[in-house]
Amino acid sequence: MRRLQIILSRLVWLVPTLFGLTLVVFLIANVVPTDPARIIAGENATAAQVEELRHELGLDKPLHQQFGRYIYGLGTGDMGKSLYTARPISQDLLSRLPATLELTVVAILIAILIGVPAGVISAIRRNSLTDQVLRVLSVSGLAVAGFWLAMELQMFFSTKLGITPLNGRISGFGPEKYTGFLIVDSLLAWDMESLRDTFMHLLLPAVTLALPAAATLVRFTRAGVLEVVNSNYVLYESAMGMPRSLITWKYILRNALVSTVTQIGLIFGALFAGAVVVEAVFDWPGLGTYAVQSIMRSDNKAIMGFSLLVGFVFVIVNLMVDIVHTFIDPRTLE
Amino acid sequence: MSAFKVLFGDRAAAIGAFLIISLVLVAIFAPALATHPADVAEFHLDKRLQAPSMEHWFGTDRMGSDIFSRILFGARITITIAVIAVGASVVIGVPIGLVAGYYGKWIGGAMMRTSDVFLAVPQIVLAIAIAQTLGPSVENVILALSVTYWPFWARLVYAETRALKPQIFIEAALALGASDLRVMVMHILPNIASAIIVRTSIGMGVTILTAAALGFLGLGAPAPTPEWGRMISEAREFLPAAWWYAAAPGLAIFVVVMGFNLLGDGLRDILDPKIRRGSK
Repeated sequence: MRRLQIILSRLVWLVPTLFGLTLVVFLIANVVPTDPARIIAGENATAAQVEELRHELGLDKPLHQQFGRYIYGLGTGDMGKSLYTARPISQDLLSRLPATLELTVVAILIAILIGVPAGVISAIRRNSLTDQVLRVLSVSGLAVAGFWLAMELQMFFSTKLGITPLNGRISGFGPEKYTGFLIVDSLLAWDMESLRDTFMHLLLPAVTLALPAAATLVRFTRAGVLEVVNSNYVLYESAMGMPRSLITWKYILRNALVSTVTQIGLIFGALFAGAVVVEAVFDWPGLGTYAVQSIMRSDNKAIMGFSLLVGFVFVIVNLMVDIVHTFIDPRTLE
Repeated sequence: MSAFKVLFGDRAAAIGAFLIISLVLVAIFAPALATHPADVAEFHLDKRLQAPSMEHWFGTDRMGSDIFSRILFGARITITIAVIAVGASVVIGVPIGLVAGYYGKWIGGAMMRTSDVFLAVPQIVLAIAIAQTLGPSVENVILALSVTYWPFWARLVYAETRALKPQIFIEAALALGASDLRVMVMHILPNIASAIIVRTSIGMGVTILTAAALGFLGLGAPAPTPEWGRMISEAREFLPAAWWYAAAPGLAIFVVVMGFNLLGDGLRDILDPKIRRGSK
């Protein structure tokens, strides 16, 4: 019951948060009065044509009315049209969402597979050579600029050695699109060549994104495990003569990994941020590239749509983390 | 005196402090240390894209300018952006978090919901949007980073203040007739200062990375400013032949951010004895 209450209160807060976000982005977009009507109409349009278009788009109305109109549109699932692709923004975003999700999910899986075991080993073998090396590596992982690493990896593995593809998600057209997730689509079509190609394309961008995430996980897991190792109940279990491996697996890890789960949720958000720049380097046809392009072209409605979608994904991910949290650590329900 | 002893007693903090002091010195004495100080603005097209040599330690760029000298001058921009942006975020975020955490109820709720709005999208997305709207310049990068970064401090201070508020020493101060303002500034703030200091050090690193990313996307200072992120993006079309071109600014960012992260880690160990016992 308490669980349901937490979920509901979070969902209720989602609405004002997204409303506020829309307002903030709307204000940012309108700080400098650009003239979207002029851009859409093209260079050869007469003043009268521009004026007509401006009226049609509602751009001659005061700002608060434009904002109201936008919010009203959102209610009906209409985010407006992109100035450049000339398609509905909701369509643009949805068609690009799978590319970014696939990238970030693969990246976070890599980060978990490397980061969590490394953190546990680092804590259990505290102050050993392994621990020292892992700590230096994790501090370094957080200090590298993602776009620089992306460029260096691309230069070495793609341009110089030719092992990995230069950019994009897949060579050629790829498998029949059912879900937009190329790994899933390749499996559905049982097209092993596409699957292999998808993985090769994913490799560099995913590793670039995973590096800081893995570094964060190592640090949090290590700190979490150490905190538990030094607790009284672990001392008690040891005094009772329980085997070390049992203590480690059953008593230490279960408690220590609670904070790691929270961290994974936060990292997922950070990966979306990282994806913006990393996608730009690898020409990854996802939300990040779309956002950068829209921003460069002052495509205000597209920027607003992107920010809202990311805000929505953020809040949902955090909600899921909270829910998982209540299961692995029932104390949060009290 | 003893503060310095403690600082340099911790290996991570010592290395971090050393790297940051070096950065500051490099920034101050850039004109004296640079081998070709004029190359920040001057071109030598006959010497373009030369590999590192005794004459040009880090090679030359697409304009034939000395990369080593440009990196040194770039340190000035990096420090300026990081110090002002983080400073402004702290100045905005800390009072908001303090007031919100102290009064709780709807004031606190409203303030934290406001910061939620900013935290609902990645910092870099809002920063890119602001920097693009205002036009590419160092000032606008600083503004964009400050506007998007204060909520992190508000959050941190809010949580810490909430935890301290019910403590007995606060109640005692209030019972003695201390005003709310006095309790916040004289009793709560000193107790959360260490958390703020640690976050500030790590926040400097984060801000430098974000600023470099903005520069990389072309939203930072216009050419020929020797901003590190911009230098990396300029180098892109000359890779992999001119490998040194992107390597130097990338490593410079790495070293500086590493410095702030190490200092932050070290300070955390020093200032929070509880964690210190755990990690040593």
